[in-house]
Amino acid sequence: MQMNGGQALIKSLEMEGVEVIFGLPGGAILPVYDPIIDSPIRHILARHEQGAGHMAEGYAHVTGRPGVAMVTSGPGATNIVTPLADAFMDSIPMVVITGQVGSSSIGTDAFQEVDTVGITRSVTKHNELVTNAQDIPRVIREAFHIATTGRPGPVLVDIPKDIVDPTNPRSAMEWYWPETLDLPGYQPVTTGDPQKIREAAALINESRRPVIYAGGGILKARAAEVLRELAELTGIHVVTTLMARGAFPDSHELALGMPGMHGTYTAITAMQEADLLIALGSRFDDRVTGKLDGFAPDAKIIHVDIDPAEIGKVRRPDVAVVGDCRLVITELVRELRSLLDATPAADRSEWRSRVSGWLERFPLTYEPSEPGELLKPQYVLEQIRDAPSTPPDTIVISGVGQHQMWASQYWRFEHPYTWVNSGGLGTMGFSVPAAVGAKVGMPDRTVWAIDGDGCFQMTAQELVTAAAERIPVKVAILNNAYLGMVRQWQEMFYEERYSEVYLSPDLPDYKMWAEAMGCVGMRVESPEEVPAAIEKANSINDRPVVIDFRTDSREKVFPMVPSGATNTEVVVDPSQQGFAR
Amino acid sequence: MSTQDRHHTLTVLVENRAGVLARVASLFARRGYNIESLAVAPTDDERFSRITIVVDVESAPLDQIVKQLFKLINVVKISELAPSDSVERELLLATVRTNGDDRARVLELLQIFEGKILNVGHAEITVSLEGDPAKVDDFESMLRPYGIVELQRTGRVALPKLDRTL
Ligand SMILES: Cc1ncc(C[n+]2csc(CCOP(=O)(O)OP(=O)(O)O)c2C)c(N)n1
Ligand SMILES: [Mg+2]
Repeated sequence: MQMNGGQALIKSLEMEGVEVIFGLPGGAILPVYDPIIDSPIRHILARHEQGAGHMAEGYAHVTGRPGVAMVTSGPGATNIVTPLADAFMDSIPMVVITGQVGSSSIGTDAFQEVDTVGITRSVTKHNELVTNAQDIPRVIREAFHIATTGRPGPVLVDIPKDIVDPTNPRSAMEWYWPETLDLPGYQPVTTGDPQKIREAAALINESRRPVIYAGGGILKARAAEVLRELAELTGIHVVTTLMARGAFPDSHELALGMPGMHGTYTAITAMQEADLLIALGSRFDDRVTGKLDGFAPDAKIIHVDIDPAEIGKVRRPDVAVVGDCRLVITELVRELRSLLDATPAADRSEWRSRVSGWLERFPLTYEPSEPGELLKPQYVLEQIRDAPSTPPDTIVISGVGQHQMWASQYWRFEHPYTWVNSGGLGTMGFSVPAAVGAKVGMPDRTVWAIDGDGCFQMTAQELVTAAAERIPVKVAILNNAYLGMVRQWQEMFYEERYSEVYLSPDLPDYKMWAEAMGCVGMRVESPEEVPAAIEKANSINDRPVVIDFRTDSREKVFPMVPSGATNTEVVVDPSQQGFAR
Repeated sequence: MSTQDRHHTLTVLVENRAGVLARVASLFARRGYNIESLAVAPTDDERFSRITIVVDVESAPLDQIVKQLFKLINVVKISELAPSDSVERELLLATVRTNGDDRARVLELLQIFEGKILNVGHAEITVSLEGDPAKVDDFESMLRPYGIVELQRTGRVALPKLDRTL
């Protein structure tokens, strides 16, 4: 069948099962926007290309399917660099299609020409400039394959205008759909080496102080169920990193919460004192390890990851298994079952009592506000979490800053894929557009964005998209009138010299701004008003809701391991200081 | 560590696609790996090219460099050659000042090293030498006192030593 490249591109996306594209058109991508009119694929018109990119990420996070974004050349492409970098850091499957100037203009500094492939090379898993219309189906098929297999990640496809423009003879092509892929350099290993798995099982069985260090790879591999099986079979405690919140239920007796800079005291300390860390889809990020020299000094390491380059990148493992977490853990459980039949596990009763001692002495805590004081952000989170109108499988999306850490700490994640945030890149402005994308992917679920006032100001305009497209997300702004996380560092490490962190609680007027964007806007200043506002927000399902919660700017995130310190130097809430370990 | 130990040769078989060299080069730049030399050449199969990279393993563990390289979709195969396990060759071209008696001395040097004369001028000659990189180093340092006007080296290429056991 004869077609033009633009039609072939859209048809290729249909063949890949794409149901929604987040994007914004412009000159170079114009010819591709025409066949969209006749396609069953839904297009959501973002108000900024960064928004389109984060929407695609949010969609991918909650559905596990690749998010798709489409933008024009030049500024359209540069505006989506941040979401690409974000998706690359957090291993989010995403395919981004960028328009490019016509082939004969490439290299001439033509209008809206940038070297998109060059600019995005180091923030994509792969990218490709397509030079012939005939190649389009093949390149799209490869892009989806690469984005979704192995360690997932973003792939960018750059399309010069002439090969999609029906008025240009270069756009003519004969339709085909490639049956097979020819990628001789890309063969991700998914099944683990049985010998290594046996060694891992033996190490686990003889360890006295083991901790499972579960990372985002558990969610990518859809391995939450087998993780739980492993933990319950062995009785080993589980920490879930910022990228793995929800991979193991917080209510489980073996759950220790989040490790790292703002993790729970018990998660940090248990890892630190462990004799064995079972790292599953985690990557020894600096925010988790603290000062590397002093990190978990007595621990042997089992490291399971699908990306061979993660093995030994930061910490040399004693046993390494390259493979998909779900497949490897399934085998590991099988191996441990037969091993346990023959040899009972080492005695861990002393370790268990130490862990429960920490849990008891150092729970997450904060001082409730005095009458007349502003709201405590933790209180707001608890109220949203515990409101009878908030469903237990609510999806929580956060921005970056103090509110992100509180959201991760205070929400109780019981289900996988209910927590979406920007972990590796720490992208302010992530939450509103990511929430929009998540709600598009999971329209029947309640989606709450927990945002900071600083973050909100970066991408709030995507609420216009949400209102226009009837995507009823809910946004709680924890408005502390500051770039709060930076303020906290200035307070603690720069002698309270506050430099360029004040934002004002009233400028902008968030309620009016929300209303101007077609949302319901509310403002809440005192604790008594909180439940009713949440109740109201949860009852609205035909448009987005924004609540401006006025929170106490003096509140700091604890526990905290100061940057550069060893994980033994965890600073707990002031009310808990003075306890001996 | 001698420079020989610090430098490992990677022969990287890549798909012959636009931008592959840029991908390899920017990976090294982005991750802070040092390249000592780099040579690209077609292979007998037109779908592939071979990039020979000499890396400084002090800048990063060789294992990480290899694994990160292998993550590039267009990289098909990487062979790692320690200096002791490989035969290596490099080509040097140099134009040397040869006033008066110097010409005879340079020609003698050339003979000892088994180099070639490529071009002769009034007060300069251009010579070439192909050989083991260490030998090329020696030749270069012997030439230097005469006054090198211009010098080019290709960077090394390498293949594994053959197995001699029966
Ligand atoms: C795009 C971007 N710019 C700057 C930063 C550095 N940064 C990290 S947290 C933060 C403050 C965020 O302020 P806000 O959204 O109000 O959240 P809060 O910490 O007050 O909860 C800043 C500026 C960042 N992470 N991302
Ligand atoms: Mg703030």
